[in-house]
Amino acid sequence: MSETSAKPVEGERRAFMTGNEAVCWAALAAGAEIMYGYPITPQNEIMHYWTRNVPKFGKRFLQTEDELSAGFTTVGGVLAGRRAFTATAGPGNVLMQEPLAMAEAMRIPTVVIIQQRGGPSTATVIYSQQEVTLTCFGGNGEGLRIVYSTSSHQELFDYTIKAFNTAWKYRFPTFVLADGYQAKMRESLTIYDPASRGISMVPTEPFLGRPGKIGEGRTAAHLRNTYNIEEELNAVLEKDIADYERYAPEIAEYDSSAPEDCDLLVVTHGVVFRSARMAVRDLTSQGKKIGYFRPITLRPFPEEQFRQAAARARQILVAESAYGQLLKIVQQNLYGSTVPIRTMLKPGVGITPEEITEECSAILAGKEA
Amino acid sequence: MAVELELEPKMPNCWDPATKPHKFCPGCGHGLVLKALGQAIDELGIQDRVVFGCDIGCSLLSWDFFNMDTVQTHHGRTTPVLVGVKRANPELIVIAYMGDGGGYAIGSQHLVNAANRNDRITAILCNNTNYAMTGGQMAPTTMPGQKTETTPYGRDVNDQGYPMLGPEMVAAITHEGSYVARGTVSKLRTLKGYLKKALANQIAGRGFSFVEALSTCPTNWRTNAKQTWAFLEEQMQGYFPVGELKVPAELQTAERKEE
Repeated sequence: MSETSAKPVEGERRAFMTGNEAVCWAALAAGAEIMYGYPITPQNEIMHYWTRNVPKFGKRFLQTEDELSAGFTTVGGVLAGRRAFTATAGPGNVLMQEPLAMAEAMRIPTVVIIQQRGGPSTATVIYSQQEVTLTCFGGNGEGLRIVYSTSSHQELFDYTIKAFNTAWKYRFPTFVLADGYQAKMRESLTIYDPASRGISMVPTEPFLGRPGKIGEGRTAAHLRNTYNIEEELNAVLEKDIADYERYAPEIAEYDSSAPEDCDLLVVTHGVVFRSARMAVRDLTSQGKKIGYFRPITLRPFPEEQFRQAAARARQILVAESAYGQLLKIVQQNLYGSTVPIRTMLKPGVGITPEEITEECSAILAGKEA
Repeated sequence: MAVELELEPKMPNCWDPATKPHKFCPGCGHGLVLKALGQAIDELGIQDRVVFGCDIGCSLLSWDFFNMDTVQTHHGRTTPVLVGVKRANPELIVIAYMGDGGGYAIGSQHLVNAANRNDRITAILCNNTNYAMTGGQMAPTTMPGQKTETTPYGRDVNDQGYPMLGPEMVAAITHEGSYVARGTVSKLRTLKGYLKKALANQIAGRGFSFVEALSTCPTNWRTNAKQTWAFLEEQMQGYFPVGELKVPAELQTAERKEE
């Protein structure tokens, strides 16, 4: 599709931009060919930057009638063999679960950027971490999805590129889960051509409309998501679940730093991790035995590494801008462990390093805030 | 003396004989619509370039009907999936096949917007005046007074409104280059002609092409053969006029040359 030879990003360069702009440049650098989208705050500027670059780099864009259509046209673009993507947030993410359930059922490698806003309903256009459950487990299925939770503009750039490769390599719908703060604020990052760092893009291929005559070198594709009997469906799911569980250890990513005798392990994801890391550094410099664990993939969850980190900790603090959506995942992955879990659940609002420092200090002093 | 039948039933080449006889009920019109479509595809010689998409409802039973690339989508979402395919690879000839519920109710926003954007796709809608797969509920196209599972005393137009005139709506909102027609399974050769034009119009890259096919559903209508045909030809064709509503000038010129 892309006849224009100029690479959107040559080599690498420093940039100061919003997270939405970083996502757009990452999609361009990754060789994404078509974006389908519907306006919703706070992800709009991904489309704004993409549409400005469409004629420069031989790309395509379709503004659809709603997120159902944005999701289903993205499915169609991927079926045609293109590196296709969309972006949404909040109520748009709710609508998008229908097409993404189809992508999950049919192993269609869609890439979706989610910039979380407040919920439920219209709520705020600004920020939250309340779309974790929806993004990881939305739809009438089993959550066979890959979800990267980013914490900085550099990660938005890195993981948007990576999302295309993960999706096309493993053939599960892949999400980059960020939030309105990351979407709208500006910060420094390095944008680069993946090839300049030795990252090769996983090739795409059409599921429908392959070249050649039917019956001579190719058969007709018959793709479906409907089954006649329970056992037929179960056989498909058993295979997909086995694939997902087999790939999970090589897909799962995390970041952790904790002393051997850890009095408190702070568990966060996304932008809240930045506050947690600052708080942990601050308290460590005061001589406190404190560490952090941060899942980068919320699906699949880095279960083994987390259980090991938790096993060395005297207690855990889960902090998130939601009322227990990360907490549920943490509890599920800690089944059987007796480590006490403290919580700092602030649905719909940001969490500062000072707030986490204060909470941790109180827990460490034996009195909770 | 037993007579041996040597002739196999004649099927379009793009049909998959391995999945025949098809899965539709006896007396259902879907098989006839898909026969006309198959003949049109054969005549245009486009089997290898077609992507056929089917909706949820009885139309989903066509998921393995053709020996052509096929995708079965969600209820009402065949139009956006095929729009997505066409936008990503304009070389393909895409067909979105749906029922009246999928096209005029749950997926009406997709039909309206694809028509208004003049997306270069061919949408074919099978109108049998009810939701047949789910057991015969009222559809947007259910006739005034018609009894269904959700209008057990007949469709009351004061309460449930009038049957949706889909092609008339599409003709009203589409722009230059679009093709709109309503055919019926009681006039198969004419229906095939409409479907062929709807495909030719997409191949020429002119615009959105839409054909509604009036069809039959004796299972849910609870009609015998005679009553089925009478309902189609007298009641349905009386309310839903059969014919072409919008034909691009170039398509008319090409037709005259062919004659």
